[in-house]
Amino acid sequence: MKRLFKEFTKGIIIENPTFGLVLGLCPTLAVSTSVRNALGMGLAATFVLICSNIIISSVRRVIPNQIRIPCFIVIIATFVTIVEMLMKAYFPALNVSLGIFVPLIVVNCIVLGRAEAFACKNPVLPSLFDGLGMGVGFTLALIIIASIREVLGAGKFLGFHLIKGFEPIGVMVLAPGALLTLGFLIGLVNYLNGKKVTRNRPSEARENGCK
Amino acid sequence: MADKLYVGVSPHIHSRESVSKVMWAVCLALIPSGIAGVFIFGLSALRVILISILSCVCTEALIQKSRGKKITIADGSAVLTGLLLAYNLSSSVPFWIPLAGGIFAIAVCKQAFGGLGANIFNPALAARAFLLASWPKQMTGFTKPFSLDAISSATPLVILKEQSAKSLSDLGLSYGDLFLGRRGGCLGEVCVIALLLGAAYLLWKGYIWPQAPAGFILSLGFLSWVFSPQGFFKGDFLFSILSGGLILGAFFMATDYVTTPLTKKGQLVFGIGCGLIAFVIRRFGGYPEGVSYSILMMNAAVPLIDRWVRPRRYGVSKNR
Amino acid sequence: MDVSKFIAIIISTVFINNFILSKFLGLCPFIGVSKETKPAVSMGLAVTFVITMSSLITWLVYRWLLLPFGITYLRTISFILVIASFVQLVEMVIRKFFPHLYRAFGIYLPLITVNCAVLGAAVLNSQDFFVNGQPVAGSFWFSLTQGFFAGIGYLLAMLLMSGIRERLELIDPPKSLSGVPLAFIIASLMSLAFMGFSGFKF
Repeated sequence: MKRLFKEFTKGIIIENPTFGLVLGLCPTLAVSTSVRNALGMGLAATFVLICSNIIISSVRRVIPNQIRIPCFIVIIATFVTIVEMLMKAYFPALNVSLGIFVPLIVVNCIVLGRAEAFACKNPVLPSLFDGLGMGVGFTLALIIIASIREVLGAGKFLGFHLIKGFEPIGVMVLAPGALLTLGFLIGLVNYLNGKKVTRNRPSEARENGCK
Repeated sequence: MADKLYVGVSPHIHSRESVSKVMWAVCLALIPSGIAGVFIFGLSALRVILISILSCVCTEALIQKSRGKKITIADGSAVLTGLLLAYNLSSSVPFWIPLAGGIFAIAVCKQAFGGLGANIFNPALAARAFLLASWPKQMTGFTKPFSLDAISSATPLVILKEQSAKSLSDLGLSYGDLFLGRRGGCLGEVCVIALLLGAAYLLWKGYIWPQAPAGFILSLGFLSWVFSPQGFFKGDFLFSILSGGLILGAFFMATDYVTTPLTKKGQLVFGIGCGLIAFVIRRFGGYPEGVSYSILMMNAAVPLIDRWVRPRRYGVSKNR
Repeated sequence: MDVSKFIAIIISTVFINNFILSKFLGLCPFIGVSKETKPAVSMGLAVTFVITMSSLITWLVYRWLLLPFGITYLRTISFILVIASFVQLVEMVIRKFFPHLYRAFGIYLPLITVNCAVLGAAVLNSQDFFVNGQPVAGSFWFSLTQGFFAGIGYLLAMLLMSGIRERLELIDPPKSLSGVPLAFIIASLMSLAFMGFSGFKF
């Protein structure tokens, strides 16, 4: 039980996919214009992560090593298609505002990365919690970025107006604002890490991104 | 730090000009245009200039203090950034526009890179682009010259873009008006005579090279003359040069020491590139003025230009 | 076939809707491989090639396979499979017949499979140039143009970014900002500069 809890929490803080490992950046930046979009994207990705982790981990002994990546991609793409169809049916407005980033969950490096790094080597239950933790970590990171951008860039939070007389910084909901927010947030995480622990964090993984 | 690391092309001739001396000289050269701006647009122009400079200097000092570095606001670079930022704003902007612009220019475009000499993009122009993207409404209202109440008036380039006027006489302006600055526009860009006075001083002292401004002005003027909306070779060469922020941009921002190429040849390439991009934006783009964006885009290309025109070492054959 | 439509697509995909700077597609390799110019350019060229070819193939798959059988819901899964197998094929062909090229580009090819710019371009093509399940006039050539110039825009952004980051080696930024965070700040300022091209009219 303790181990499962550890698999769950590591994805949220230490190995947070966005701030710690710098993975899955494209959807992070593109859909974080509002908290609502961020929540939708985060939940969709979490669903795909959990399901693909479970399936991959349960068939891990059957898949030949040489063609494991294509197999992973097919499994992931199946769940992405399910998400696409569900979203189209029940949340059409969200589907429109997330746009091409719903199908692009397939190539989100977090999903494939967890399949490759964790699910294909571990039993089903830890894989489930690993997927859940990573998904929650990703969703939280998205919500943090989206909150900053929505509050500064539109003067709103979840669509509600916040401060009267505040002229929103329009650029924050545009492309430059997204890159700027992420840059300074990663800088802040580095700064806090540098203060707390003196040991060097795995900067290799961070430098390489999806490589 | 980095300004010490950049080694210019040999032979190295020692000169007594320090970085800070050059910075203050450029500030001095910008003063006539500022005075003209205050004269044309009234005291609100002075207010914008002062807030902008104060914002830049305070941000610089605060960040350097919090990083535990030596506070170098006396080197004039922050003051220069503040001046240039203010000159790129309309005199009718609310007080928080130059304030926010100054903070963005210094904190994001300069100190995040490590301070003077390290920045890739011209801080004042990046801040202007930031302000224009964030608050387009406030940034595009211009004061009418010589009227104390803020009557909004469009710049000549805006009117031309909207096709409501075809030539200079339709605008009710003469070339003399453009030279003296009797037109709407940003507060430091309108008075061409004052800007040229400052530029002449800098050229005479050898602080700036003529390559970048010449390349910029001639290429933009030439392209506007050839590819005008009225047909080939029917554009107004002089008008395209005098309207908008070209003179300010070409002499004072396309010649910045940090964000432009190191060699004269590189500066020429830089200037021509700026002219080309500015023309494309003016002619086809959504914005009436492309000078500041063109300089920013070429700023990004400076490391590549520097490599491309790297001078051949003496005695080494060209094709190794 | 309208020439101005092509020019509009070219300008739009290279400058206004640049895949990296405004659409956020393919950011991971943009940050990961842009430290030096040479690998950055190799990566950019490889991406250009793969995007162009996959635009072509996925258009054919979409037009002649998915649409006639009414199985467009398989778009995502079929596109990614086609792209992955194409990249695999190219890798094998290059390794066998062009070892020189393989040494220069080979290591980037597997990365490109999971580069969202490639799948993104394919999905965008199937959205932009098909109306109500029918290809618009010139749809095939529009897709090809959009794919190729998306790659060129990618190459341009990679080239500029790598040049800047090589120069950054010489400076001394605040410690917590050096590396990836500063790369994002530069990308942000570049994206700000590219906003100058917005609102193009022809």
